Amino acid sequence: MDKTLKISKIKDGTVIDHIDAGKALKVLNILGIDESNSISIGIRVMSGKIGYKDVIKIENKFLEKIELDKIALIANRATISIIKNYEIIEKFSLDMPETFKGIVKCDNQNCITNAGEPVRSEFSTVETNPLTIKCIYCKKEMSGDEILRNI
Amino acid sequence: MLKNRSIISIADLSDEDINEIFTEADKMLENLNSGQKMNDMESRILATLFYEPSTRTRLSFESAMQRLGGSVISMADSKTSSTSKGETLADTVRIVESYSDIIVIRHPLEGAALLASKFSSKPVINAGDGSGEHPTQTLIDLYTIRKESGSIDGKTITIIGDLKYGRTVHSLLSALARYRVNVNLVSPESLALPKHVYNEIKGRLKVNVSTDLEPFLAQTDILYVTRIQKERFTDKNEYARLIGSYKITGREADMLPSGAIIMHPLPRVDEISPEVDNREPAKYFRQAYYGVPVRMALISMIAGE
Ligand SMILES: Nc1ncnc2c1ncn2[C@@H]1O[C@H](COP(=O)(O)OP(=O)(O)O)[C@@H](O)[C@H]1O
Ligand SMILES: [Mg+2]
Ligand SMILES: [Zn+2]
Repeated sequence: MDKTLKISKIKDGTVIDHIDAGKALKVLNILGIDESNSISIGIRVMSGKIGYKDVIKIENKFLEKIELDKIALIANRATISIIKNYEIIEKFSLDMPETFKGIVKCDNQNCITNAGEPVRSEFSTVETNPLTIKCIYCKKEMSGDEILRNI
Repeated sequence: MLKNRSIISIADLSDEDINEIFTEADKMLENLNSGQKMNDMESRILATLFYEPSTRTRLSFESAMQRLGGSVISMADSKTSSTSKGETLADTVRIVESYSDIIVIRHPLEGAALLASKFSSKPVINAGDGSGEHPTQTLIDLYTIRKESGSIDGKTITIIGDLKYGRTVHSLLSALARYRVNVNLVSPESLALPKHVYNEIKGRLKVNVSTDLEPFLAQTDILYVTRIQKERFTDKNEYARLIGSYKITGREADMLPSGAIIMHPLPRVDEISPEVDNREPAKYFRQAYYGVPVRMALISMIAGE
């Protein structure tokens, strides 16, 4: 029996597992959630794989590419399970996208993407561990909290 | 092949591109020196969009275009023109590209030239974007080293001044990383090189970092001096103290080995005292002069037949 499964099963929805401990609320923040979604969250639960981890289970929610990319920015070791009729029908880990478009705001206030021009921000991945991304416009590199506060 | 290409960053240019530009600049220099009339750019128009005051860079682009027989249109002072009416850079560029064959832009925000190039079907040359890049200055710097020091490979280059905000320094360093050179970086701690620039060059260049210039002088082939901008300091006393300790005088010039050169992207304020100007190593006015043939080469390769 999986010891992390302390909460009732969901019928249809998504499980975001192996989130770095403490990052669940940040992940939840960037997901579009409404009244149809009942959510359970495990924070700092024990996991054999990465020590402590966070888990989020969301009923009736299926993630879009942009949401997966956002999660990759926050917790790139997360695994996603898609649940249909109580069973896992698909399970995958996150790809680290090579570019992020329109997801993160550049932290450089002097960057042209923060000046009301008709462009989306765009970053390329420089390093995955720790995650470092680089604005293709001003070349600023961002990691850690700098990324988190700009999602 | 540079035809129709935008030059936003020195990284856009291959080693081969750079060599071709230098070969072409040599020809342009020869033509200039012999008074040969040129018409490579006849009936072509270069537009300069300067959102920041600049004298040298703009004049040298305009001079280069006119030497090639082309003409120039310029945006009036940006305070009196469209920006003050709230027009986006994207819109300005979409209009100006239909009036011209090549656009030169300087802008106070980083990434502005790249943005401009995305909204223009005509090639865009970055003439400085905030604390970002200034690739044509870099080409001129490399060209000057090659001309005045004989080669770039094997040289020791000591760069002193504002390494934090000085965009010429950032471009120069990423370009120098293509060659086999030693680099000494001298600045006050508060004006040290940004991490992302350092990360880009470390491992590709032999770099020493210090706050003290003197120990490097005897080993320096090229002393590259940059301006420390007064505007960067809230504390004017700190500025005064710094400028005092970073000034190049006859004393420093004398400590350089023979054959060494002193460069400066100009304008200088207090960093090099006038007594150095007539000494052998002083090459900063030559460097400014090379701005025209190098930009002529670039313009004619990008926008020529
Ligand atoms: N019907 C369900 N409702 C809620 N959570 C589920 C359901 N089925 C599986 N899970 C959870 O999805 C995650 C992935 O499941 P599984 O592949 O069995 O575990 P693991 O990845 O730990 O090997 C686990 O956190 C598990 O508790
Ligand atoms: Mg498990
Ligand atoms: Zn940016």
